[in-house]
Amino acid sequence: MRPGLPAFTIVGLGDAAVREARERVRAAILNAGLEFPLRRVTANLAPADLRKIGPGFDLALACAVLAASGQVPTRSLGARALYAELSLSGELRPCRGVLAVAEATRRAGLDEIVVARAAGREAALVPDLGVAAVAGLAEVVELLRGETVAPELASLPPGPSEPPAGPDLGEVRGQPHAAEGLMIAAAGGHNLLMCGPPGTGKTMLARRLPGILPELTPAEALDVTRIQSIAGLHSGQELTRRRPFRAPHHTISASGLVGGGAPPRPGEVTLAHHGVLFLDELSEFARPALEALRQPLEDGSVTIVRAQRPAVFPARCMLVAATNPCPCGRGEPDCRCSPPDRLRHARKLTGPLLDRMDLVCSVAHPRDDERDLCAPSSASARELVLQARERQLHRSRTGAGACNAQLTGAELALHAPLSSAPMRRLEQTCIRERISMRGRERVRRVARTIADMEGVADITAAHVTRALCFRQDVLRVGEDA
Amino acid sequence: MTACGACLRRGFLLDRLSGHMETVRGKRHYLREVLALSDEDLIAAVGGRERARLQFEHDRSDVTLMRRRLAAAHMVGVCRHDDRYPPALRDLRDAPAILFVAGSVERLVSWTTDPAATATVAIVGARRASEDARVVARTIARDLSLAGVPVISGMAMGIDAAAHRGALEGGAQTVAVLGSGPDVAYPLGERRLHGELIERAVVVSELPPGSTARKWTFPARNRIIAGLARLTIVVEAAERSGSLITATCAQDLGRDVGAVPGRPMASGTRGSNGLLRDGCAVIRDSQDALDQLFGAGARTTGALLGDTGALDPALRRTLEEVRAGAETIGALCTDSSQVGGVMAALGELEFLGYVRRTGEGRYVTAA
Repeated sequence: MRPGLPAFTIVGLGDAAVREARERVRAAILNAGLEFPLRRVTANLAPADLRKIGPGFDLALACAVLAASGQVPTRSLGARALYAELSLSGELRPCRGVLAVAEATRRAGLDEIVVARAAGREAALVPDLGVAAVAGLAEVVELLRGETVAPELASLPPGPSEPPAGPDLGEVRGQPHAAEGLMIAAAGGHNLLMCGPPGTGKTMLARRLPGILPELTPAEALDVTRIQSIAGLHSGQELTRRRPFRAPHHTISASGLVGGGAPPRPGEVTLAHHGVLFLDELSEFARPALEALRQPLEDGSVTIVRAQRPAVFPARCMLVAATNPCPCGRGEPDCRCSPPDRLRHARKLTGPLLDRMDLVCSVAHPRDDERDLCAPSSASARELVLQARERQLHRSRTGAGACNAQLTGAELALHAPLSSAPMRRLEQTCIRERISMRGRERVRRVARTIADMEGVADITAAHVTRALCFRQDVLRVGEDA
Repeated sequence: MTACGACLRRGFLLDRLSGHMETVRGKRHYLREVLALSDEDLIAAVGGRERARLQFEHDRSDVTLMRRRLAAAHMVGVCRHDDRYPPALRDLRDAPAILFVAGSVERLVSWTTDPAATATVAIVGARRASEDARVVARTIARDLSLAGVPVISGMAMGIDAAAHRGALEGGAQTVAVLGSGPDVAYPLGERRLHGELIERAVVVSELPPGSTARKWTFPARNRIIAGLARLTIVVEAAERSGSLITATCAQDLGRDVGAVPGRPMASGTRGSNGLLRDGCAVIRDSQDALDQLFGAGARTTGALLGDTGALDPALRRTLEEVRAGAETIGALCTDSSQVGGVMAALGELEFLGYVRRTGEGRYVTAA
């Protein structure tokens, strides 16, 4: 701050929102009954080579100006982080990514973070960090001057509760194959592809998946909440307990799916971290988008390198996809597609993603004699799922991946040993149906999950046989019956 | 014995005239007339303005060169003056002068020319066939081939390919008649099947190696299929389809024609069901085909899968339910707790070969 014509400049690679902060900060300071210094003010955002985005710097800028002009003690800013947007009237507004900023505050060894009231509960998710959730700039000044203390968090109004976990699996009539596939997928974290004509309930079934998945563990919940907070999807209150379910439209671009842009923003696959990514009409997705999904699904994370610096986003999700059996969607026996059309359709499916699909189920219109058959209720299905996950967790203490879908080849050989009868069943079927080595591994993985759901340690031939009911050759169009 | 020069030249002439023959397309009876013409008349009929030049080229064409091309393609020409020429083809007024053979000629001879050879069956149908129809074609072809009856078809997508596959699964007694040179895999999607047919069975064509398929070559090829077979079975065909051309050719030759009953009121089966209405033999399974060929009960299929005695009682009950029409997992369960058991049972039956899973998740009996 130096003498000269009154001016307010912000340097340090800010984006448009940061530049506009000048007006917000000036108005907020004046409307809070404070004085904006009539001198030449320059605010520097360090480090100068890192691009700063968003309105979250407003409060910090305002307080810096007030401290420089002697209206609040400079010392009071030393051990505090300030993260909120200012309105012209001087109110604090919540910003995206409060949780991530709060965590960074803790890591930086600061004692307290000052945020807007609506973001208070979110910031409080970080242990051992003081949170001051305040309503306006005037209160912040009182706080910094030591005239008041931060209000109790308990006094904050509770946020909207989480929406219910989607419809119940027990409402499904018919479709035992797909319902079984859904449960196995949930139990082992497997990727699932549903194939059937429109109107048979593929989407309806997929929407019931969150209801049978186990709740997030505390560590997972923190990950999910952080991601949702950064993406602006979080209500700014409690920890998210429910697994995310993302169903992007098939017109999505590759960078929309895996993340991208400058600065890099997370895509759908990251938003579905620890949850479900549902791709309806899989064959309608652009090929580049599907291709881009391969690596994240394999690694559980996406690395996005743009001009500035690489960003690594977590992306460990279950992929659930639905597709029509052919372009016209009618399926056998009413299909009117030409064989080349069907081949093209099948090729698009078999290309990039099929290798990652452990389970393929066919979904057909239920026949009259099937309509009375109910799927198990979500509660009982989740019990099975929890039991299977419990066994997997137990194994993982001996060094395996968290769930069966993530077992490596060596771990699979160790934890899913096949005695001679199931091994023979697998080998003979695979030779006859021309199933690849990778396909064999998939069958073995699924058989492991089925055995886990039954609470059995050894995989039997019956488990392998049931796993084989979900193999991929329903999609073999060109190769005949 | 190698093919005689005149027949060899006729074969290569057809390839040279292939483009001109396209003008004949659409006039089906006319195509048969044209194919029955002598070389000179054929050139005159379709040569148009290039007639003289074509005649000049034909007169000077080099038989040695043709023989060399055949040898290079590892093929044999069997001409109508050859003892190995299938006698059944001689019934055709427009019988091909020469058959180019890829694969083993001995097999072709033992299946079609030998006096000891049994009857042959053609299985034809739509390219765009329902899955059930393809299963039927494959099963019938497998059983016939196992029973020593060679299966003739055209290696098109759909029914034809299914028939060849079934026959290869059985005794590998099958002849593919192509609308292109025998070495040209058309349709390209069936190139694996094509390779297997050359290796384990026989692929023939009246067109020399390297000839590409044209629209006229398919109805022309159909007459050879009909000519080679004693019984022609149409599995699934729409009205005005190529399979019906084969059926008509067979009827013209006085051979037996049968059809597999298809779904009523569906456009894809109108042609084959129409044949049944007109009095063709009803072919429900391979036994019906054998009865049609050799008289009722004279020969039986291996009845390999009909025997369910060795099955576990629970599996046999499931199999009987499937045979009674409960074709899906849902239809076999009354309660969701049974789903796992039913899937294990169906998987077991599939493994043992009693049932097959279709694309839309139904289980159909395989025999």
